[in-house]
This record gives sequence, structure tokens and C-alpha cells, in this order.
Amino acid sequence: MIPEIGQFALIVALCLAIVQGIFPILGAQLNIRPWMAMARPVAQGQFIFVAISFACLVYTFVTDDYSVLYTASHSNSLLPVQYKVAGVWGGHEGSLLLWAMMLGLWTFLVSIFSKNLPDEMVARVLGVLGLIAVGFLLFLLLTSNPFERLIPAAPDGRDLNPLLQDFGLIIHPPMLYMGYVGFSVAFAFAIAALMGGRLDAAWARWSRPWTIIAWSFLGGGIGLGSWWAYYELGWGGWWFWDPVENASLMPWLVGTALIHSLAVTEKRGGFKSWTVLLAIIAFSLSLLGTFLVRSGVITSVHAFATDPERGTFILGFLFLVVVSSLLLFAWRAPKIGQGGKFDLVSKETMLLANNVILTVISAAVLLGTVYPIIIETLASLGIVEATNKVSVGAPYFNAIFVPLLVPLVFLVGMGPVARWKKADMPDMLRQLRWAFIASAIVAVVVPFLMGGWSWMAALGMVLAAWILTTAAYSVRQRFKATNTELPWGHRLNSIPRSFYGMHIAHIGVAICIVGGTMVSNYMSDKDVRMDIGDTVTVGGYTFRFDGVIETKGPNFTANQGLIQVLQDGHELMVLRPEKRVYTVQTMPMTEAAIDPNIWRDLYVSLGEPVSGGAWSVRVYHKPFVSWLWAGAILMALGGVVAMTDRRYRVMARREIKAKSEADTVTPKMATEKA
Amino acid sequence: MKARYKRMMFIVLGLVAVTAIAALILNALQSNINHFFSPTEVVANEAPKDRTFRLGGLVEVDSVKREDDGLTVHFNVTDNAEVVTVKYTGILPDLFSEGQGVVAQGKLGAGGIFEAEEVLAKHDETYMPPEVADALEKAEAEAAAQGAAQ
Repeated sequence: MIPEIGQFALIVALCLAIVQGIFPILGAQLNIRPWMAMARPVAQGQFIFVAISFACLVYTFVTDDYSVLYTASHSNSLLPVQYKVAGVWGGHEGSLLLWAMMLGLWTFLVSIFSKNLPDEMVARVLGVLGLIAVGFLLFLLLTSNPFERLIPAAPDGRDLNPLLQDFGLIIHPPMLYMGYVGFSVAFAFAIAALMGGRLDAAWARWSRPWTIIAWSFLGGGIGLGSWWAYYELGWGGWWFWDPVENASLMPWLVGTALIHSLAVTEKRGGFKSWTVLLAIIAFSLSLLGTFLVRSGVITSVHAFATDPERGTFILGFLFLVVVSSLLLFAWRAPKIGQGGKFDLVSKETMLLANNVILTVISAAVLLGTVYPIIIETLASLGIVEATNKVSVGAPYFNAIFVPLLVPLVFLVGMGPVARWKKADMPDMLRQLRWAFIASAIVAVVVPFLMGGWSWMAALGMVLAAWILTTAAYSVRQRFKATNTELPWGHRLNSIPRSFYGMHIAHIGVAICIVGGTMVSNYMSDKDVRMDIGDTVTVGGYTFRFDGVIETKGPNFTANQGLIQVLQDGHELMVLRPEKRVYTVQTMPMTEAAIDPNIWRDLYVSLGEPVSGGAWSVRVYHKPFVSWLWAGAILMALGGVVAMTDRRYRVMARREIKAKSEADTVTPKMATEKA
Repeated sequence: MKARYKRMMFIVLGLVAVTAIAALILNALQSNINHFFSPTEVVANEAPKDRTFRLGGLVEVDSVKREDDGLTVHFNVTDNAEVVTVKYTGILPDLFSEGQGVVAQGKLGAGGIFEAEEVLAKHDETYMPPEVADALEKAEAEAAAQGAAQ
């Protein structure tokens, strides 16, 4: 009964989404007030029904209802309850339902926090979100129904993939999807602006907080995914340039460009068309990511199913979204006008360069990710000669990412100090000379302290130090410019939150670079065969193998290795890596043991039993690796801080008030004039 | 004059940037594409001699041998037609096992032994790398064609 309610709720949500996608938009175009007014209640209803549907699916997982095909394939009665709940998004159908629910949630939030927006804007934004919801709900109902029954019911479930039975599954997908789907709001704002022909500073101010928070979620989700892969996959890698990772990185990169471009649109009225285009691209890349992951077109860890029907549907939907929004863009963009002029050396130029670099990185990542598909498609069409299947290796991505990171980071330091419109290069260089000198010193000294010179390490250090020193300089300058008669706290408080947010995020970039540089250049590892009592020394620590004991978990049995860690003869701790066998799927799983701290992680995982109680063991010393995720957290945090800036609330309200007072004519005409 | 000079500078800088970036990307792409070869193709000398490529197929049953150091492993990869021996030093992935699909990345070494730098195994037991599935299918089709010819 419950699964049928879930499916029914999904159908109701689809009907509401259709209404939400049609009437408010038409109402806004034709100026029919009652139709526009439908946007909020219908959107909220749509969310409620998707949420009911989602709750029903959770219910079938928690109550072990194996008469539902999806539940029977992704759960098991022995599964701990937290993984039963997370198992809901452990497969294709459920993760799409999560997508739809996140979209509903964003829609709901927009409907609540849009009191300050003009009615047409709200109607158009919610209408566009409704149209996207129609696409996804149709996709669910037609090709990926999570409530499909299994008759007769399975006696027990096939269990969740052991790789996924982890805390990471509980938080990583929801966070990542919040980000992915969050760009739909930025997209809806952009489309609404094109429809209404209104794109001004006020518009940028409305869409900025939504874009920033979606960007924060996406970045947080990517960071979590990286951390999860690091401790779960058993060999300590933290970024693989796997197609699924790339799928989330591309919208994040374009989203990063977008939040910078929005700054120019808000502050200077410039880059308008470009901002709109970026919003369209960011959301299209989110859809493309969904396509890549969900269609199985690129196989990787995350592609559990290969299903051409689903792939075709998403590809068709992606095509529809991209083509219709680009057509709308081509038709309406000339109307939204140009921004102010700026000099070759100015903050605008630097933000422009930032945008170009980020877009180029993202395009290069896209090329590397879909290159095998392109070649295969061209070959099957007979355009190029058919060759063996190809794959693009990680070195390609590194070869592009690192050289482009250098100018980007240089701009991270210069941008905040540069003036709008016209900046004085010699003066800036003079201002930042201490930052240059300090960075150069750090770059020379740190590699020697770490125990060996390397150009890459020096480069990483100079970049990180450059960001940190210029941020310190910029904050100091800003503080000096505040009213000196006020007490300290007030002076700090008078600096806008978005300024702090920017620097927190930039410092996050620096911290990430430190982590990445250190771990890539100074990591040491050993794969060794260890008999009981054998020792191995890595990174100044001695690891002694004290044998293996058998343990039992709720749904697995494990061989647990006992590894005593010693330093200078003192026993520090015992690490307990495990080799698990999950009973239902009889799948082996390596569970690494990690001792993390700020300066280094000790990472040990068990290989296989070799002979006579000996095991192959993998031991790593990874300096500064946790800085990678600390940096990701800081970037996300910076976004959250920036989003809470007062002006997004206060100024928006003030402006609306001023506008409604100024315009005694009909609001529609007024917005068109603007 | 000033405005024209400014526009020229934007254009020149833009062109320089575009050229540099295009060169960077093409160069990176050219040197980092790995082709996939099946054991049949490797035996037929179709695989490159001094370049990294990917070899895929099934791990032949009873072919996994460990050297005394416990880390160096030899195993045979087959597409049910031909067999290539692979040598790998390190810890194998969790899902590596005999009779299952595998993809190895590395170079051909002396005596036709494939020296793997990386071994990738499937991520759950129902999943088969599409390249491997393809290679198996091709080998089977060829065997069937030969059978028909005889």
C-alpha cells in the first residue's frame, strides 16, 4: 500500500509541476495576476508531494519491504538502519528521486524567501523550476520508477554494495545533489531575466546568494566525496579524475566563474550576457553530469547500471534545455544591454581573466571526460577511422590543471586589491611587494624544511603563500579604511560579510594547494610483505605487524590486522586495518586504518594473506593531506558567510520600495523600461 | 587612439592566450591517450611496443602466481582465444579474482610479458568493463567464423 501511495504522490507532484511550469510563466508574459499568484502555492504543493513520495520509499527500506524491486535490490534485513535510509539513494531510481526532492526543496525555499521580489520574477523563476521538475518527474515515472513491485516478493534483499555501506553515503550524495540541483535556481533566475528583458544590479543581487549557496553545497559535496574515496578505497588517493568526479567538478568550476561574474554584474552592471550564459552553462553541466553518471555511458565506480533508454531520455532532456535556453539567449540577450567601460588594467579585466581561465579548465576537463565517447561516436558514424577504445589518463588533467592554476592564483591575490574600472599596475606592485617577497621566501624555505627541494613543491608554496599574504594585506587595508573613531569590534563589523566570505574562500584555496602540494611531493609509501613481528619504517614512523585477529560486524566478518606504530622506540598507537567480507554479496572490502592529524596522516591497509600468517601490507605517510579537505570546508564556509551579507536582504527590500514608489505606471512597463 | 590601442591590446592578449591554451590542451591530450587492446590483438603484435596501453580480459583460472616477496604477482589475461601474461608488483584491488574481468594499464616488456603499473577490477560482481565484454564478444565471433570456415 505504502509504495502505491508513493507512486501516486509522484504522479500528483508531476501534475502540479506541469501547472507550475505553465500558468505562472504565461501569467507573467500576459500580465494575468491570478495565474502569476498560482506560482507559490503550487510550487509548495509540488514539493510536499515529492517529499511524501520520498518518505514512502524510505519507509519501504526501513520496514524491509522486499516486494518493491528497488528495495529488494539495494537493501537487506541485516543492513544497519542508517544504511537502510541512506540506501534509498544508493541506486539509480532512488538517487533520481533524491534529485527531484532536492529540486522541490530549492523551489520551496525560493517560494518562501522571495518576499522582496517582484511578482513577475517570482512567477517566472518558479515556472522555470517547475518545467525542470516536469522533466525529472517524467523521467522517474517513465523510465526509473522506484516503486515498481516485485512479484513474488524476495525473501530478503540483495544488499547494498559494501563500498557504499559507509558514513560517506549518508552525507555525500545529499550534499552534492543540493549543489548540483541548486544551480537550477541560478538558471531559473537567468531564464527569468531573459524572459522579462530585465537584468540589472538588483537582479544580480537577488540571484547572487542563491548561486553562492548552491556553489558552497557543491564544493562541500565534492570535498566530502574526495575524503570518502580517500579513506574507503584503501589506497589513499584523493582525486582520480574519474568521469563522475569530473561531472561534479565541471559545474563547480563554471559556478565559481559565475559567482565572480555576478559580482561584476552587481557592482558595475557589466558582464550581463556573460553572467546569464554562465548560469545556463553551469546548469547544463549539472544535467550533463547526471547524464554521464546515470546513463552508464562512461563506466566507473558510480555507474551501477547501463540502460540506453534512460540515457536517451536524459540526453534528450539535456538537449531540450540547452537548445531552448540558448535560443532564448540569442533572441533576448541583445536587449539586456552592456555594462560600463573598463581599462585594460582593472578589477573587471582580472575577473574577466578569472572567468576565462575557469571556463577553459572546465572545457578541457569536459574534453578529456567525453573524448572517448566522441571518438567512439565519430567512428560508429564512419567519420573517423575506427580504432581501439581509448581512455584519457589522469596525467592529461594534471597537465592542464596545474599550468592554468598558476595565473588563476596570481589573480586571486591581485583581484581583491585592484580597483574597479581603472587600476594602477605599478602602484599595485608596490603595494604587494612584501607579499611577493614573503611568498618567495616561503617557497624556498618550506621545501628544504620538508626534506627535499622540488620545483613543484616550491611552486605550490609560492602560490599558497601568495594568496595568504595578499589576503592579509587586503583585510588590513580594508580595516584601515573603516572609521578609526569606532572601537575594534565595530570597525571589524562594519566590513561587509561578503568581503570576509571572499577571503575565507580564497584562503581555502591556499590551504587546499598546501595539502595537494605536500602530499604529492612528500608522501612516502611502502607495499610490503609482513610476517608477525616484522617492522617497516615510513616517514619516520616504525610499523610493527602483530598479526591478524578475526572479528565480526553486523553484516560482515573481518580479518583485523594489528599494527603497532612506534616512534623513537616508543609505542604510539595500534592501527587496526580490516579486510572485510560482506556476508550477503560475499564481496571483499579493504577498510584502511588512519591516524589523522594536522601535519600528517598515517594510513595502513591490509592486502592479502600471503603464507604462514604473513600478509601484504600497504603503509603510507601522507603529510598535510587533511589540509585538502580543510581547504574545501573553508571554501564552502566562505560561501555561506558571503551569502549572509546584509545587503542581499536590506538593499533588495529598499530597492523594491523605491521602485514601487517611483513607478506609478503599471509594474510591467516599469520593469521593461528598466 | 587610446581606445583603439586598448582594443588592440585586448585582442592581442586574447589571441596569445587562446594559442597557448590550445597548444597546452592538444599536447596534453596527445601524450595521455591510452588505447585498449585485447589479448588476441596483443598476440597479433597490434599493440604498441613502447607506449602505455590498456589490456583487458578475464583473469585465467589457476594462473595467479605470487613470487616469494608476496607482492609480485603473475597472472594470465585471456579473451578465451589468446592469453597474455601480466606481471604486477603491489597490492591487487579487492575485486580482483580468477575468472573475473580485469583491466590492466602498463607496457609490454621483454618476452611479451605485460608489465602493469595499475590493475583495475570491476566494482561489483555483476559489472563487467564494457571493453572487456567487447573483447570477449569479438574473440567469440572470430572463433565462430573460423569454425564455420572449417
